[in-house]
Amino acid sequence: MSVKTLPDLVPDSKIKLPKQAERTLSSGLTVIAIRRPAVPLVELRLRVPFGRAPLARATLLSQALFTGTATMSSIDIAAELQAVGGGLSAGLDPDRLLITGNSLAAGLDRMLEILAAVLTDPAYPADEVGTERDRLVDHIQVAQSQPAHLARTALLKRMYGKHPYAVQTPEPEQVRGVRPGQLRTLHAERVRPEGSVLVLVGDINVEKAIDAAEKALGDWIGSGRDGAVPPTPALEPGPLLLVDRPASVQSSLRMALPAVPRTDPDHAALQLANMVFGGYFSSRWVENIREDKGYTYGPHTAIEHFVAGSSLVVAAEVATEVTGPALLETLYELGRIASLPPGEEELEQARRYALGTLRLGMSTQAGLAGLASIYASFGLRLDYLTEHSAALAAATREQVAEAAARYLAPSRAVSVVLGDAEKVEGQLSALTSVERGAA
Amino acid sequence: MKIPATKYPVERFTLDNGLRVVLTPDRSAPVVGVAVVYDVGIRSEPEGRTGFAHLFEHLMFQGSENLEKLAHFRHVQGAGGSFNGSTHLDYTDYFEVLPAGALERALFLEADRMRGPRLTEENLRNQVDVVKEEIRVNVLNRPYGGFPWLKLPPVMFETFPNAHDGYGSFTDLESATVEDAQEFFGKYYASGNATLAVAGDFDVATATRLIEAHFGDVPARPKPELPDFAEPGLSAERRESYVDRLAPLPAIAAGYRVPDPIADFSAYLPYVVLAEVLTDGDASRLVERLVQRDRIVTSVGGYIGFMGDEYQVRNPTALLLQAHMPPGGDADKVLRVVDEELDRLATGGLAPGELSRTQARMATHLLRDTDAVLGRALPMAVLELQRGRPELLNELPRLVGEVTEAQIVAAAASLRPESRATVEVVPGANQ
Repeated sequence: MSVKTLPDLVPDSKIKLPKQAERTLSSGLTVIAIRRPAVPLVELRLRVPFGRAPLARATLLSQALFTGTATMSSIDIAAELQAVGGGLSAGLDPDRLLITGNSLAAGLDRMLEILAAVLTDPAYPADEVGTERDRLVDHIQVAQSQPAHLARTALLKRMYGKHPYAVQTPEPEQVRGVRPGQLRTLHAERVRPEGSVLVLVGDINVEKAIDAAEKALGDWIGSGRDGAVPPTPALEPGPLLLVDRPASVQSSLRMALPAVPRTDPDHAALQLANMVFGGYFSSRWVENIREDKGYTYGPHTAIEHFVAGSSLVVAAEVATEVTGPALLETLYELGRIASLPPGEEELEQARRYALGTLRLGMSTQAGLAGLASIYASFGLRLDYLTEHSAALAAATREQVAEAAARYLAPSRAVSVVLGDAEKVEGQLSALTSVERGAA
Repeated sequence: MKIPATKYPVERFTLDNGLRVVLTPDRSAPVVGVAVVYDVGIRSEPEGRTGFAHLFEHLMFQGSENLEKLAHFRHVQGAGGSFNGSTHLDYTDYFEVLPAGALERALFLEADRMRGPRLTEENLRNQVDVVKEEIRVNVLNRPYGGFPWLKLPPVMFETFPNAHDGYGSFTDLESATVEDAQEFFGKYYASGNATLAVAGDFDVATATRLIEAHFGDVPARPKPELPDFAEPGLSAERRESYVDRLAPLPAIAAGYRVPDPIADFSAYLPYVVLAEVLTDGDASRLVERLVQRDRIVTSVGGYIGFMGDEYQVRNPTALLLQAHMPPGGDADKVLRVVDEELDRLATGGLAPGELSRTQARMATHLLRDTDAVLGRALPMAVLELQRGRPELLNELPRLVGEVTEAQIVAAAASLRPESRATVEVVPGANQ
């Protein structure tokens, strides 16, 4: 067996941003167009401010947005979009209504026209809304049988208390009570161009694409009701919240830690500290609880950014019988990163991963569209990629250690476990104080 | 609307040890995708060793000739890249996507494990535990786990290769030995039984030289004979149900055998299009009827191949329809309406524009997938492996666009209740 050595990396070229243009229309809608002609398609993202919208209505609105206009049925809308290789769908997060779509590049004008009709002339027909309401109720019921959803729900309540972010999925009964008229009212009040951002990415001429958007969406006017969400409260560490899921063969372990927005000077260092801890496969935590101990399959951590605040969420599904040991290792790895500076080599590895991921993320039309749209929600543009790369490259070991001490200390965590309480309560109580709670 | 096409260049060559190579350069983004695909999957695992192909996939990440455990992950991610692997019915793939400057490193890593993984008792036991957690998270601890990809094959097929649980029983996984792994590697992981595809930002001459340098000395071993997994289709309808103790609502899936995806591609392709005519979007036949008009399902989907890999599966395979129902949903009624709609299509044909709009949307999906380097490297590696035709990836939007109404009608007419296998999920939650 001959010994072979690992080939060196060829250094990365400088990040090259694609050609782009931006215009804010008189309606207050900002349109960003980005050229990536690799495939003859165009990606569309429209984010409309929707903070503090009534949850059940807003959720149903997002499901029923394409059910009809004054002149088109839901089937007409879907068929007309398909004819240009297109499709549009809508979703909701605590800050925005998000419309996502794509089509053949030659179909952009038609997709924009259909989008405009849906935005300016929605019908919310009673029959179709009824169908979507029943479907949404069923979907929520199915979601409520998923451990990941239940654990998330419990964690959000524990993190946010009375803040609007605390509840992000409505209860079935609340959805059942929503009437089509309420959707029309909510649409009139909130589905407005002021503060909205439309992103188009693909095989397009950027100026012409913005012209096309301006022409198609010229009748979409008016300002929305103020949806500013108050800043999120600081996390309040306390006993671990144990939510019973009898006969569960795994426990869903969740922890929330404080984090900072993308523009904070600590952000790059915190991101690197999170990487070293658990933010990618080659992290201490994943190598420990998966590759050494075999407690879990896909443990992961991520910094989650919302407009009113950021947090760092740690998540793993672990076998019931090793729930305590998995928590022990998690607390140990958090304690270690918060107490001792990272090694030089593991920091460089995490840094290269973070930098590479930025490049990979902008290598497709869909990736660029997602990044541009998310960044725009926070008042940032694609050049943030360049700035953030520079910040990642510059973060020192001391800064990373400092960020880890400040944000990743296990004493600051809010913890939730969803699992078979009878089997795991003793294991967990050996390590920390535990209180029982409902999902 | 005219259906556009991609023109990704395709270079092919074969090394002396039998490794087939596909290069598809494109310099529109400074990234590369590397895929190695072995011609072995779930259907080839031995009886008493269900789940072994997938377990072995995990073992391929546990170190190799020149690499310690954990080194593969660290070297890929430390180069700014991402990795994964997946086990399918007919093949197992391993892949990386990285900044362009890491191409040689990825080739080194793949070549090293092609020469041989480090198969140790400790790594095997660790990965059996990890795979059991994977099965718990994806199947045992969630509603509708393994539905329908693990639940329908035993209803539809008779023979072990086609019918068994590809994730594996815990008993079989725990019985696996290092010797089993060595034998499996020896038999199926020969360089002549694999393909390598590289897509993205590289120079063909340089990449060719690097591939020869890293893979050229992988020793050649005999390539296993390609097994024939054919078995007769159904002569009478088969229907089974099971209680899912975590599921709150009923669901149903039906499978119909389709022509050989490789030997008879032109007869097969209309079924791929038919699945979309039936279920792609609000204007599709079954969504309009079942969801919107009759309101007897909350969602319905249709696709070919139990893992949704319609261009990367061998015979025998199936067109699948699956639907989730509201509380108290009536599976018989859903099947009756599906039959009515298939009859209506078979006798009444398509509406004006119905086929062309479906084809246009399919083209968008196909083109969109190829925008990512791995969306080219992975399918091209499999198309080379199974068909010797990686360039088919460029041709698919056009070929889909050439499917005719008569072909769709004939395909719909062939989906008869008596040739159908059905599995129903009986909700066991909150009972």
